Amino acid sequence: MEYNMVVAGFGGQGVLFAGKFLTYVGMLGGRNVSWLPSYGPEMRGGTANCSVIISDRPVGSPIVLKPDVLIAMNLPSYDKFEPLAAPGALVLVDTSRITREAARGDVTTFMLPAARMAEENGLNGLANMILAGMLIGKTGLCTDEEARQALIKTIPPRKAELLEKNMTAIMLGKNA
Amino acid sequence: MAETILMKGNEAMAEAAVMAGCRHFFGYPITPQNEVAAYMSRRMPQVDGVYLQAESEIAAINMVLGASAAGARAMTSSSSPGVALKSEGLSYLAGCDLPAVVVNIQRGGPGLGSIQPSQADYFMATRGGGHGDFHMIVLAPNSVQEMFDCAFTAFDLADKYRMTVNILADGVLGQMMEPVVMNSPKMAELPAKDWAVTGTGGKRKSNIVNSLYLKPEALEQTNIERYKRYAVIEKEEARSESYLMDDAEICVTAYGASSRVARNAVDMAREKGVKAGLIRPITVWPFPKGVFLEAAGRVNSFVCVEMSMGQMIEDVELAIRCKKPVAFCGRTGGMIPDPEQVLAAIMKDGRLS
Amino acid sequence: MKTIFERTPALSDAVTHYCPGCTHGIVHRLVAEALDELDLTGRTIGVAPVGCAVMAYNYFECDMVQAAHGRAPAVATGVKRTHPGSIVFTYQGDGDLAAIGTAETVHAAARGENITVIFINNAIYGMTGGQMAPTTMPAQVTQTSPYGRDVSKAGYPLRVSEMLATVDGARYIERVAVNSAANVKKAKAAIKKAFANQAAGNGFTLVEVLSTCPTNWGLDPVKALDWLKDNMMPYYPLGVYKDGAAPEAGGEA
Repeated sequence: MEYNMVVAGFGGQGVLFAGKFLTYVGMLGGRNVSWLPSYGPEMRGGTANCSVIISDRPVGSPIVLKPDVLIAMNLPSYDKFEPLAAPGALVLVDTSRITREAARGDVTTFMLPAARMAEENGLNGLANMILAGMLIGKTGLCTDEEARQALIKTIPPRKAELLEKNMTAIMLGKNA
Repeated sequence: MAETILMKGNEAMAEAAVMAGCRHFFGYPITPQNEVAAYMSRRMPQVDGVYLQAESEIAAINMVLGASAAGARAMTSSSSPGVALKSEGLSYLAGCDLPAVVVNIQRGGPGLGSIQPSQADYFMATRGGGHGDFHMIVLAPNSVQEMFDCAFTAFDLADKYRMTVNILADGVLGQMMEPVVMNSPKMAELPAKDWAVTGTGGKRKSNIVNSLYLKPEALEQTNIERYKRYAVIEKEEARSESYLMDDAEICVTAYGASSRVARNAVDMAREKGVKAGLIRPITVWPFPKGVFLEAAGRVNSFVCVEMSMGQMIEDVELAIRCKKPVAFCGRTGGMIPDPEQVLAAIMKDGRLS
Repeated sequence: MKTIFERTPALSDAVTHYCPGCTHGIVHRLVAEALDELDLTGRTIGVAPVGCAVMAYNYFECDMVQAAHGRAPAVATGVKRTHPGSIVFTYQGDGDLAAIGTAETVHAAARGENITVIFINNAIYGMTGGQMAPTTMPAQVTQTSPYGRDVSKAGYPLRVSEMLATVDGARYIERVAVNSAANVKKAKAAIKKAFANQAAGNGFTLVEVLSTCPTNWGLDPVKALDWLKDNMMPYYPLGVYKDGAAPEAGGEA
């Protein structure tokens, strides 16, 4: 089993956080994992992305060049990474911010208005976790309880009260 | 057993430094090493340590020199252009025979270059990084776990040999998160720092930390003595890791982040039936010459993978005394080689052999 | 159609990389307008720092040099001494000018180097992600002063304009702010005056501009302007700190 993921969007959309959560999911599942963020000026108000690898084998290069899972949360990221996706990849797209059609026919694309769903459900800012939940739903990456345990690890202690909202977002995405 | 947690390489190394007894950190902001300073600024007050943001890299390394002369385990971290600025202090640390740990989270150069990961400071690290006859011990971790572990090694080696240990990592290793087991190894038995300036208390002859010799004969003798110590280090402290080398016909070699790409490529070559193996230097000074020379007797050729225009390749050629061809495969300027590119280099050499 | 607003020629049409709400864009424009209005752009050479303004060389339509961290006044000195008839300015942030480049700044002023320094003081390192700067306010929380700047350990903020006003070689030193339309107009006048002084060969000029960094202060742009007014202006009072010739030289002629 091996996933090479890219989570991409604007800074502030929680792409690094969602990536870290998925990394913890893999780690708590007993797999080898790595998480590598883009860094630099683009983090400060521009686009941000991270590479996440979850694998049964030791992780070699932590850089994901051909993602087999792509979560795209804005158009620049979708435009940049859709062409790089491996054939057969799973591509999750937030249609609240991306209105164009999929350009690739050889990947499986799921469209979800995650940001709008977050707003409608009082989960502002949690479109990232709705999409992460959708990924769990489509791949069976972990059980609900494992997702909860990974969240506990991912959320900093001073923000522990956000656990349930994050869990709600994950379930919303999973059942979408 | 200690808990396994996900951590950035920069932070794992910083925490290990604190666990290793470092209580003095001096730094200056530069990407991609900022997490080290940020972590230390949070952590040091919790352990009654000193975090001080210096006005420049030059000031920071000289603060390290002062703390080290006073007997403390002191550390500074930076990235390529900042480490170049520190070269003055590195030379004075060597001239004064002072222990220190200096971290370089390399980025692309020359000049202001880029902030993306690079390995183009290999020459700067292994050829001294300052004026005069001297070396630093240079550790080259390739995972977040090794970033953590090598901080302990660095402080112990620095104290054991009274010299600077340079942790030579890069933006990938500094920024990436991986699981880390935070075990604290047993501290090495180390000589007392009876040379440190602590105040005589009227009880002993004064200690002087100095690198000035008015008589050239005396400086020559000091340098010769120092190089005898370096000879011991070359014999005893060279470290490397070999992967699938037992039956290898092509030896791929790389350190740090590029060794992870190289390992992927070696696996891919094996899947194609090409007998590739990997030697990964863990210390790049001292360079693990023996392992390479031994391999040169068995393999047909070498492929050196670096994130530079080719620097370590010179040490590989020296180590194997040019007995076998060494091909170069790399990217530079902050670009990272693709495993496919390395595989192509292996296959090309495989056909030649 | 009547043109009511246009880009001043000394400013390029590149899209800047600055964060939303950052005041670098305003100051860039003021510098460009001052140069254009004084008809100096064609003989101007700018020196970009290391910091958020590192890519300023893309934003000005004049010759530009990119300097090492803190060394812009030294680089500008070399440029000016090669082309004494040119107009040379540096554009530096607080870390670049008042930490790693303090020596270069003070000594360029001491030499009465005939250059203009535009000094952006926003009390933080911006490009590296929000670390404590030499001008960070007491108790201000940054990435490397997570418990707030403790002056007993990290020292006091540097008042650069006041300090440089004591240097005989400095000709004109003024501190301005860009937090309101009125202050932006005053800032423009100060920058123009600095360049006019340089054009007249009067010596070292520096304009310190109190600026905002919404991203690293963690404030929205409007609140950042308020924060500047409420926290920075009392510590860094606006005004002219030096405006006059150096004393008569007593040395060998």
